[in-house]
Amino acid sequence: MATKIVMEALSPTMEEGRLIEWKKKEGEPVAVGDVLAEVETDKAVMELVARSAGTLLKQLVAAGATVPVSSAVGWIGQAGESVDGAGTAPKASTVNGERSTGPAPSAVPPVPASAAPSPATAPAPAPAQSSSPPAVEPSGRVKASPLAKKIAGDRGVDLGTISGSGPEGRIVKRDLEGVGSERAAVSGGAGVPPHTAPPSPLTAFTDTPLTQIRKTIAKRLAQSIGPIPTFYLTAEVDMERVAEAREGLNAAAGDQGKVSFNDIVLKAVATALQQHPACNAWWQDDHIRYWQQVHIGMAVAVEDGLITPVIRDAQSKSLRQISSETRDLATRARERKLTPAEYTGSTFSVSNLGMFDIEHFTAIINPPEAGILAVGSIAQVPAVVNGQVQVRRRMRMTMSCDHRVIDGATGAKFLKTLKLLLENPLALVW
Amino acid sequence: MASFDVIVVGGGPAGYVCAIRAAQLGLSTAVVEKDKLGGVCVNIGCIPTKALLHSAYALNLISHDAKALGIEVTGVKGDYGVAMKRSRQVADQNSKGAEFLMKKNKITVLRGTGVLQPGKKVKVGEEVHEAKKAVIIATGSRVKGIPQIGLEINKTTVISSDEALFLEKAPATLAIVGAGAVGSEFADIFNAFGSKITLIEALPRILPVEDAECSEVIAKSYRKRGMTVLAGAKVLKATVGANEVTLDVEAGGKVEKVTVEKVLMAAGRAVNTEGMGFKEAGVQLTDRGFVKVNLATLETTAPGIYCIGDVAGPPMLAHKGSREGVFVAELIAGHTPHRIKYDNVPSVTYCHPEVASIGLTEDQCKEQKLDYQIGRFPFSANGRARASLETEGFVKIIRDKKYGEILGAHIVASHASEMIHELGVARENEFTVEEVDLMIHAHPTLSEAVAEACLDSMGRVVHI
Repeated sequence: MATKIVMEALSPTMEEGRLIEWKKKEGEPVAVGDVLAEVETDKAVMELVARSAGTLLKQLVAAGATVPVSSAVGWIGQAGESVDGAGTAPKASTVNGERSTGPAPSAVPPVPASAAPSPATAPAPAPAQSSSPPAVEPSGRVKASPLAKKIAGDRGVDLGTISGSGPEGRIVKRDLEGVGSERAAVSGGAGVPPHTAPPSPLTAFTDTPLTQIRKTIAKRLAQSIGPIPTFYLTAEVDMERVAEAREGLNAAAGDQGKVSFNDIVLKAVATALQQHPACNAWWQDDHIRYWQQVHIGMAVAVEDGLITPVIRDAQSKSLRQISSETRDLATRARERKLTPAEYTGSTFSVSNLGMFDIEHFTAIINPPEAGILAVGSIAQVPAVVNGQVQVRRRMRMTMSCDHRVIDGATGAKFLKTLKLLLENPLALVW
Repeated sequence: MASFDVIVVGGGPAGYVCAIRAAQLGLSTAVVEKDKLGGVCVNIGCIPTKALLHSAYALNLISHDAKALGIEVTGVKGDYGVAMKRSRQVADQNSKGAEFLMKKNKITVLRGTGVLQPGKKVKVGEEVHEAKKAVIIATGSRVKGIPQIGLEINKTTVISSDEALFLEKAPATLAIVGAGAVGSEFADIFNAFGSKITLIEALPRILPVEDAECSEVIAKSYRKRGMTVLAGAKVLKATVGANEVTLDVEAGGKVEKVTVEKVLMAAGRAVNTEGMGFKEAGVQLTDRGFVKVNLATLETTAPGIYCIGDVAGPPMLAHKGSREGVFVAELIAGHTPHRIKYDNVPSVTYCHPEVASIGLTEDQCKEQKLDYQIGRFPFSANGRARASLETEGFVKIIRDKKYGEILGAHIVASHASEMIHELGVARENEFTVEEVDLMIHAHPTLSEAVAEACLDSMGRVVHI
């Protein structure tokens, strides 16, 4: 019977190890205690030793590969014995958690691990364990501890994308370390005062089951236009008072911490979204997730693309906080220094091409979000004010809406609030 | 010379459990034991003390509460010698049980002291045995005195638990040095059998590893029962006579003389690492004298030699050793056992009321600057506790403020040892206080206090 070689936890905190070099070749005899490979842990380079004697039958991972603790890296057994990864099913009964990387698993009844060689698994490049897939069962149920679920919910992490290290691949607290946003870590940018909003309740969103009408709308509209049935709403905003307010703020601020038009737009969007939670939502296929906090994704152009760093809890941040955080995130985005936690989990996005003198454009929704606002340039145009034609600074903004979540009137109401806020910026501090 | 897959040196709760698991996994296994199987735990530790504590409990109940319970008794008298003999029977039964389990699992028991030889060999008597896969050190620990201050164990006036468990009668006066689990349990036992107790602890409170609130309840209960409890006290000097011992004890800034018939030493244990060829086999020790192990595999500095139980390091608890035994056996058999969560080992003191805990104390949460919330529920508000005259104590839950993770749980109750596991299961599976409450607790039970303390941590306590 062949024995699996697994990546051992060589330090108490080790979660994964990089196999630097194999010290034994396939086919070479090994004794218990022989060094099989050198492994780089989170702390040092250590030796992975054989726990059973025989022949090194198979190296399942190549030198240089990083694999989680407890994943298989090879097999030891009798010379000539066939094992998983070598073209046949494993004979060892210890293989568990097999998640069928072979084709059409649903059409084939499960094959006991001790069965004859199975052609279905032959093309698999490596056993399933080493690829550590997300902890989703074929039924779609995600295995996660209650604590892990709470943390993921709070941070907006989709558990379906996480691989679990608990019993039978269950997602536990340690699997979420560094994933999603630790609120404290995000607000720690240069010059940003500590975030003092009250602690969030244990659930930061409400999952709403789909009504029949909502299901029908979703289905029919999706058939009509792409995977996301999008529609667009445009409004023109008078930016005179924002411009005046901004000039005043910046005169008072001197050289430091100047506020941009975009900062004010972001603040207004956050405030408006709080009043219209129906637009602050994620489409989740079988339900809609309405977020209580507003996490705004801010599109930033980088050298060869686009990234959307997230201003978390924007609804509870002051204009000054948003301004300095935005500057910090944008700078680091261009330097490619953002951590994944800083550009995931947004609940609504804003894209601004005003600085390129684009008057008006439409932006593409960043799923699973339900909306994105495309902000154009501020231009002096003739406008009718109190029955008189005047030259006013005006700005056009267009909201792309996912019709499965947001209906025309819903989006229009949000846009109206946003317009009112920008035309009366004092309301932002009300 | 015989050859086995695995040789376990030491037949205590770590060693014999390891041997059983190894045998279950198809490995040919031998256990080396110089005395009785079951080790300190079964023979001169956990098991016989529980028998004596039960006698103490019954004696207190009959002496103090019988009348209120509607039972008229006269001439109640404790006889420690009889209680001791029953405790021996219980210990022997358990040791025989371990012997039976060895036979059942076809494990060879090698009688004698095991001495390691280089290359996974163990010498027992004149014979050398070879292990093909691994040697496992499970040699345990033993009592120790403090010779530096004149308190060397002489087995007559200065005794350890080893002797206390075989006394024919309770001493008239007894000083106990060390108020951890062992010291506190013996104080409970001998107090019930009429000894005048002075319990001395160097650290600022008795049961120093438990949450401060637990220590407080026990100290108060002990004082109420007439014991002298001296915490933050230092024994400066001991004058050991033929029939009595005088201790100079410094407490609260003044020195007092305590003269007693016997002193029971309960201040820590020494690990068994000497005279068994550890050094020659390449097994190194830590600065504190434990065997040095790789925490992820429990392998020592000598390849193929593993170490489990007390001798592998704290906490020195039978159940921690047993789990290490299972872990190592599975590892050697080529399995991938789950890592041992050393932060989720329950700690229990079987005094009356019992103290049981898991996870962090409140002081530790403060030290680690954790954002926590406390929930408490006193047994004085619990119907079952009132019905059985067991209202001393409380449940204290320390939860993470944001996510409700159970950081620590502390129970002082007549049956705390049986109640702590609900919280251990919760912590092992990352249930939060909400899930503990959602589980419907039977009424009326002491365990309802666990759910109530969880609710209290969320500001939703029902019965107070």
